[in-house]
Amino acid sequence: MTDTQREATPPPGGVGHPSGLPRTDPFIPDGEVTETARVSRHRRRWLGRSASPESPDRGRTGRAVVAATVVLVIAVLVGVAIGPAELSLPQVLEALATHLPWHPHISVPPLDTAIVWQIRLPRVMLGVLVGSMLAGGGAAYQGIFRNPLADPYLLGAAAGAGLGATIVVVSGANMALTPPAAFAGAVGAVALTYLLGARTGRGGAAGAVSGTGSILLAGVAVAALLTAFQTYLQQQHTQTLAYVYAWILGGLSAATWSDVWLILPYVAVSAAALLAHRRLLDVLRVGEEEATSLGVNVPRVRLAVVVAATLGVSAAVAVSGLIGFVGIIVPHAVRLTAGPSYRLLLPVSMIGGAAFLVLADVVARTVQAPAEVPIGVITALIGAPFFLFVLTSRRARQDLS
Amino acid sequence: MISFENLTVRYGDTVALDGVAGRVADGEWLGVIGPNGAGKTTLLSAIARLLPYAGEIKVCGERAAGLSRRQLARMIAYVPQRPLLPPDMTVSDYVLLGRTAHIGYLRTETAADHRVCAAVISQLDLGAMARRPLRAMSGGELQRVVLARALAQEAPVLLLDEPTSALDLGRRMEALELVDEVRRERTLTVVSAIHDLTLAGQFADRLMLIAAGQIVAAGPTAQVLRDEVLTAHFGPGVQVMTTDTGDIAVISRRLARVRAPR
Repeated sequence: MTDTQREATPPPGGVGHPSGLPRTDPFIPDGEVTETARVSRHRRRWLGRSASPESPDRGRTGRAVVAATVVLVIAVLVGVAIGPAELSLPQVLEALATHLPWHPHISVPPLDTAIVWQIRLPRVMLGVLVGSMLAGGGAAYQGIFRNPLADPYLLGAAAGAGLGATIVVVSGANMALTPPAAFAGAVGAVALTYLLGARTGRGGAAGAVSGTGSILLAGVAVAALLTAFQTYLQQQHTQTLAYVYAWILGGLSAATWSDVWLILPYVAVSAAALLAHRRLLDVLRVGEEEATSLGVNVPRVRLAVVVAATLGVSAAVAVSGLIGFVGIIVPHAVRLTAGPSYRLLLPVSMIGGAAFLVLADVVARTVQAPAEVPIGVITALIGAPFFLFVLTSRRARQDLS
Repeated sequence: MISFENLTVRYGDTVALDGVAGRVADGEWLGVIGPNGAGKTTLLSAIARLLPYAGEIKVCGERAAGLSRRQLARMIAYVPQRPLLPPDMTVSDYVLLGRTAHIGYLRTETAADHRVCAAVISQLDLGAMARRPLRAMSGGELQRVVLARALAQEAPVLLLDEPTSALDLGRRMEALELVDEVRRERTLTVVSAIHDLTLAGQFADRLMLIAAGQIVAAGPTAQVLRDEVLTAHFGPGVQVMTTDTGDIAVISRRLARVRAPR
């Protein structure tokens, strides 16, 4: 039976039971319209109207999404405007306009156009995609595993990607194989973790709730194992150490449009799937047992979220390496400033993560120009103090779950 | 409405319920009583299919094991002993969680879902605090909020595990009166584990006494709340009295200390 069929089928035996509230007032017996009853009926009508069908949080979510989007647009403009070639803001905007379908006919030096369109914009766009995936994946994992320390690499994705990339580098294969190998390593590691963890944690015949704890522990074990392999390989081929190390530190310096187009489908599918689960992530805030009693098939939701997050995060890792802190700091900063509901948290984290990574990249490529600081260093250097500031500010006493 | 046969639940080697059988009729309030660790919570969790069991449970004539989570949640609303209350969640958002089984997998709630919640919220007099976070609510208010979520589920069966354990006596009575009121209005079947034997006798239609994983007595209140039945499981200090209003009260009595003769 598919879900939609279930949806259409009334609960067996439920016939005759009021499955929907009657449209007449069900709380006042017929012919007993007392003064209080009339007052309460009036009050109820009034309440019914003021507590409108719109969720009270919906306007708030909208405002937060708009605010985050404004920040993202500014971050993108900053990212495109700043670089070693000293273009003024008007020059950058003119160069940007040349590729728009309705652009004004102005003459822009081809070099400016190339700098903006072939060097800066792909890098900024890749930052947007990678940042949104890391932050969105982190937020989703924090919800699904009900663990504030969860980050997108929790189930072994980082270790698997690192091993995949190291194998390509040390085997002397074509470097173009690094992204697919990292992607395959990340997906494979998470799949291994999930198979081991979900099997151990499975309940009895009646389909009881299985624990997330065993999946998390399996993730720790798989990550340790794969990291051991990777370290071993790396030590056996010390001549490639610097390259492997640079890859693991991560960065956006090699970004091209083909990278952007390569990961865009994964990111789009992953983001859409994660956003579609945001209401269910809110239900999970009351714990797995109560979510189950409310009608949520917890193992299925968990699998769907993990698959979605893994696809997007693995694609991001494949083109940018292992960029830390974004997946844990951005969702918590959003949670502490805007609130813990996943309906708001998930979209705002994605947009905020994108803006954060773009700005971190601007810092990474300007503070020591023409040299670049690894972006992971910047995300930690900006992110950790900012996070601590938010943590110690007004909402710090509330829970982080 | 609910029946279970040969129901056995094990935690590892420990047998928590040992082949018990029973049934609850439509619209009935069954009070499940028994000493700590007897298996009351286990029975309720098993009926809600929240732990693995052997045997057969039927809800509304359907085998519970054959139903999807969503189908089961439309038949049974379960209130655990210690619900997990996200402190930052507002009352209205919390009550809305009760609609989960009525909302499609990846869909969001409709205006009808909001109407159901608004009606429940105003029925339980929570309208003024609908936008308050749960952290700002008192114990008695939280009890109503949790009940509101269960009622928003619109299931014909309500399972309550020690619904009033955290409340003072006055709030306990209010909470149970409220449960009684809504179950009459909506003809709900209620199964509640309950520690307070006097309140159990006053509110439930029928009592089921569980001890050490077995059902040792079941039937009308007066039949179960008897000295010889209770003292065997709650200790010799428990005494059943009938008040001048005809209510059965179960009281505790300090026994004289047995002194060793000199």
